[in-house]
Amino acid sequence: MDFLIGHYNYWVAIFLMMIGFYTVISHGNLVKKIIGLNIFQVSVFLLYISMSTVTGGAAPIITEGVQLYSNPLPHVLILTAIVVGVATTALGLALVVRIKEAYGTIEEDEIHEQDHSL
Amino acid sequence: MIDIIINLALLSFLAISAIAIVRMKNLFAIIMLFGIFSFLSASVFMVMDAVDVAFTEAAVGAGISTVLMIATLALTKVQDEKRPGGHKPWLPLTVVIVTAAALVYGTLDIPAFGDANAPSQKHVAPQYLQRSIPETGIPNVVTSVLASYRGFDTLGEVFVVFTAGIAVLILIGGVAQPSKRKTSRKKKNA
Repeated sequence: MDFLIGHYNYWVAIFLMMIGFYTVISHGNLVKKIIGLNIFQVSVFLLYISMSTVTGGAAPIITEGVQLYSNPLPHVLILTAIVVGVATTALGLALVVRIKEAYGTIEEDEIHEQDHSL
Repeated sequence: MIDIIINLALLSFLAISAIAIVRMKNLFAIIMLFGIFSFLSASVFMVMDAVDVAFTEAAVGAGISTVLMIATLALTKVQDEKRPGGHKPWLPLTVVIVTAAALVYGTLDIPAFGDANAPSQKHVAPQYLQRSIPETGIPNVVTSVLASYRGFDTLGEVFVVFTAGIAVLILIGGVAQPSKRKTSRKKKNA
């Protein structure tokens, strides 16, 4: 039971990662692919934050009388990752808008039918 | 104990909403559900003491991402996802299950969740926690690492966001003008 609770976070992170991965490789709709990519991202955030947590620890803001803090370094890395993730999402969505203008569809197989060079 | 229960419940909600996102077809519903998913992940981060990450995820992940996706829907005027016709689900499913099995095998050696003696807690983290107040005077260690110890990282992040912003502007040029652009391409083809 302890083993289960101690690893549940990691398994949920892996599960979400695989859901995102599956969405990216099996669905043809480009917006849905980007959402899959975002789910994948969130799973990585979850993995890092799970590793930074200390049982009974406080948020890493130095206060009198608190001895145990969670690890601040993964928090910083993930803060950066969230912002960069939104930037890449915006870029991907802009590409989707352009693809829709150029091909009239955002379904992958319909784009392939129109463009034989792909 | 109550922490653990809340954590497990929120993580299960996350997994369930992710499954719902994959199974749904209506893109607007998917995007709304993705907003819920982001808020749930923000609450999980909150429970795991990552307060700065939680509010960034709530503002940026759930807020801006959702707005960007709805804007995309408005520009593309697509309602539903068509089912993948040519694709068979077996190949991606096999790839995913094999990858998942390898990753789960990898977690068996990982120190348990919340272990204070895990190697990741023993390296530089105590240094940051001890030195933050004497060296920078900032009580929030995440801020002092972000803006002071790893300031160049944050500068690099600003460059990435700037580049992405420029690229988006080049791609869709502020307000999209589909009719104008289509005619210019036709001219090029002719």
